[in-house]
Amino acid sequence: MDAFWIILTGSLVAVSCALLGSFLILRKMSMVGDAISHSVLPGIVIAFFIAGSMQSIWMLVGAGILGILTTFLIEFFHQKGRLQTDASIGVTFTWLFALGVILVTYYAGNAHIDQDCILYGEIAYVPIDLLYNSAGDPIGPKAVVILSVVLILILAFILLFYKELFVTTFDAAYAKAIGISTTKWHYALMSLVSLTTVASFESVGAILVVALLITPAASAYLITNQLKTMLILSSVFGILSSFFGYWLSYLLDGSIAGAMVTVSGIIFAICYVIVRQRK
Amino acid sequence: MTNNFIKQVENPALEIHDLTVSYDKKPVLWGIDLSIPQGSLCGIIGPNGAGKSTLIKAIMDLVDMNSGYVKLFDQSLDDVRKRVSYVPQRESVDWDFPASVLDVVLMGRYADLGLFRNPRKADKEAAMKALEMVGMDKYYKRQISQLSGGQQQRVFLARALTQKADIYFLDEPFAGVDAATEKAIFRILQDLAGEGKTIVVVHHDLQSVETYFEWVILLNLRLVASGPTKEIFTPALLEETYGGKLTLLTEVGELVKEGEFKAREKQ
Amino acid sequence: METLIEFFSFKYPNIKYVVFGTMLLSVSSAVVGCFTFIKKKSLVGDVISHAVLPGICISFLASGSKDPFLLIIGAFISGWIAIIVMDAIIQNTKIKEDAATGLSLSVFFGIGILLMTYIQHSGNAAQSGLDTFLFGKAAALVGKDLMAFSIIAVVVLITVFLFYKEFKLISFDPQFAKVIGLPIKRLEMILTSITVLAVVTGIQAVGVVLMAAMLITPAAAARFWTNRLSRMILLASIFGAFSGISGAYISYAAPSMPTGPWMVMVLSIIALISFFFAPGRGIVIRQWRRFSIRKQLLEENLLKAFYRIGENSGDHFQKVAIDDIQLIRNFSPAQLAKGLRKLRVNGYVQRNNETWFLTGEGFEKGKRITRLHRLWELYLTKYLRIAPDHVHEDADTIEHVITPELEARLEKLLEYPTSDPHLSEIPK
Repeated sequence: MDAFWIILTGSLVAVSCALLGSFLILRKMSMVGDAISHSVLPGIVIAFFIAGSMQSIWMLVGAGILGILTTFLIEFFHQKGRLQTDASIGVTFTWLFALGVILVTYYAGNAHIDQDCILYGEIAYVPIDLLYNSAGDPIGPKAVVILSVVLILILAFILLFYKELFVTTFDAAYAKAIGISTTKWHYALMSLVSLTTVASFESVGAILVVALLITPAASAYLITNQLKTMLILSSVFGILSSFFGYWLSYLLDGSIAGAMVTVSGIIFAICYVIVRQRK
Repeated sequence: MTNNFIKQVENPALEIHDLTVSYDKKPVLWGIDLSIPQGSLCGIIGPNGAGKSTLIKAIMDLVDMNSGYVKLFDQSLDDVRKRVSYVPQRESVDWDFPASVLDVVLMGRYADLGLFRNPRKADKEAAMKALEMVGMDKYYKRQISQLSGGQQQRVFLARALTQKADIYFLDEPFAGVDAATEKAIFRILQDLAGEGKTIVVVHHDLQSVETYFEWVILLNLRLVASGPTKEIFTPALLEETYGGKLTLLTEVGELVKEGEFKAREKQ
Repeated sequence: METLIEFFSFKYPNIKYVVFGTMLLSVSSAVVGCFTFIKKKSLVGDVISHAVLPGICISFLASGSKDPFLLIIGAFISGWIAIIVMDAIIQNTKIKEDAATGLSLSVFFGIGILLMTYIQHSGNAAQSGLDTFLFGKAAALVGKDLMAFSIIAVVVLITVFLFYKEFKLISFDPQFAKVIGLPIKRLEMILTSITVLAVVTGIQAVGVVLMAAMLITPAAAARFWTNRLSRMILLASIFGAFSGISGAYISYAAPSMPTGPWMVMVLSIIALISFFFAPGRGIVIRQWRRFSIRKQLLEENLLKAFYRIGENSGDHFQKVAIDDIQLIRNFSPAQLAKGLRKLRVNGYVQRNNETWFLTGEGFEKGKRITRLHRLWELYLTKYLRIAPDHVHEDADTIEHVITPELEARLEKLLEYPTSDPHLSEIPK
């Protein structure tokens, strides 16, 4: 039964990431996604100390704020500071992550947060940490509930605003010309990335969120020429990574998150070979 | 002394007044002043780096203006966006994007649809009609990565056509495009102009100017001339446009960019 | 304070080694980082630092030991493979650079985490401490480890020194390098190799995630101070060294604090200061310059107004009231007050109760500005054929920029004119 919850959690993370990641790679913002997944750390730590616990709405708020701050700083250094994009990204996220680690270490005594957990989470604990409703009956593991909410949010966002995402991603100049604000959608997307990162970090860790943002989407991008198919396929690859990843980690007695990423890498390798054969 | 080579018109489709535009703090367009008549097919001509694309981008509010204003049908862009269509340069887009021809053309309907509505049957029909006009209707399902340069340009044009605008701005639509496509596109533009639409094209090939355009704008950092082709497209004015004697201007531009206000000796 | 003195007196020999070690690491990263910065591939460092993990684990699994040299070899190989994979993806598929970078980085790291946890759970006693590679522990650098990494850092620096000219060329202008027949592929390989080496050693100090900062941040900061590569490398090295010393100090004074993040904080603060305050390129400096230019503009425009008044009346040194000035040009009362005060302080005008008048110097300056203004207006209207009623504003900005040399060229071009488009005289 545990296996089910773990695979489900992994799948929820993977699908959320795959959907967002598809747009990230098409917008050539993969590394900004990478940056955000690291830089939300100080937000999480500060939120932890306001709220006193790990699962709370404050963490999502903290992450959201840091996500927006990161996006803003990268733009700021690039536009106003005239710093090249790759360096803007590099300087911003390392600075924020360093700040986060310092804060964590500083408060480490009382906290359940530790460095390992931040980096690669511990999804095995998910089934144990249940969420109870008002009657006192367990609804299900907390992580599953939170992640489901995030996933629904992402699905709603993509379904409702598909065409805005489509046009701002494909042709930003044309989008602006017909009156669609590219900035707004950029920030909206990056905020969702922050939310997903924080919702996932306890189970898969912040760093591995990056792999799930990029890899299944990249695999799907190789295989298909339709955006809708890409979204679906990347989600499928994400679920497969979760499923086989669990079994791989069981086999090797290793990190479940690491195994999930490894499987997503194998799927990518397979897609790569297929595409090369086609040529 | 006024510039006799800049013709102004009544009830212009496009009116630009004293437009100065900087790129990265360096002035690249100086004091542009022009108006073009409705229903004209108009070409913007000038050497590389003359600021032709920048001019279009300034009109479309994609870059900031240092001074001056732009009026379309005597109103600001925001008030008439629905009547304005923009076809960017082909290379500004990544054609590896996973989309079909129809997907791209449908974008032309997005402005009309607003935030929460999705393209309906009527929109798809409009898109298919536009594709028919450019001769790409059979390709509506084709992936855009599989298109040739000319086909991509036609798709871009079809997208613009679905907007049913009154004024069209096209940035280098004939660049890297086969002869047949160029002819086909030109015919469409001619038809549009015949219907009273105003077409403004950034063009790079001097040979075809007289055939294509009835109104010409000669641009090189500043406006050299603007008016009916027969009057304006003369060797003397072309010489001035392409002559390249603007070192002083560019140098001053550089100084403005640097913000250099070197101490000057007292006389 | 005491700890600071204690630290720098090198009371304990260990401190010497730690300082030496961290400085070397930081400097070698900073130097290599300058080249990746120029190529606009700063995030390559991020890829390598994440990608070394599987190599380290495999090396451990294969050899059963934590001998630093063996681990370094493993790290080196997997770092290199990640770069090859990344390039292969970019060359052979439609996937773009950013996605290839992120993918390479995260997948290799994920594999590394999997292997590492496998090792950790396998109950092999020898494996403890393998994960310090993840977080970096500068203070733990002693003995054999320190030796190994210091040698590598020195190798990196020597290589850069030997191949400086070639690296510079292939980074700035690969086309030209090809044309003159440099063995680009081989040089790139060497550059990549020392980048991998620099990363492998640097991770010891700051850990995987922050390693990218050791390459990028010093280079980015240095870039704001200079345009020349040699100076940039020097500055980056200094910034790196400084952060290295700080890191060593912190690990000494507050052992429970993580050194890596503090080193990155120090670097980031240096970078932020550079971004904002570096003369020339700093954001705040540029703003301030624009601000001071506006002040200068105000004063010069005032003098121009004075000159104009003098032209109209025939007497340049007459006493002028504020209202008269307002007639010529609309200044706000605050601007007027500030401007006049400044002019008086600089000796361009003098005050007599409620009126003001030009001094000799003020007259000369006003004349000069007016001259440049009218010359430029003439240029705009005659040479560029811009309408006369439009040129007044443009000239207003430009007249302040024109140097004597430009002025001479203008004059010549316009054939030594005597009057401007509005038929006012152009003063000599």
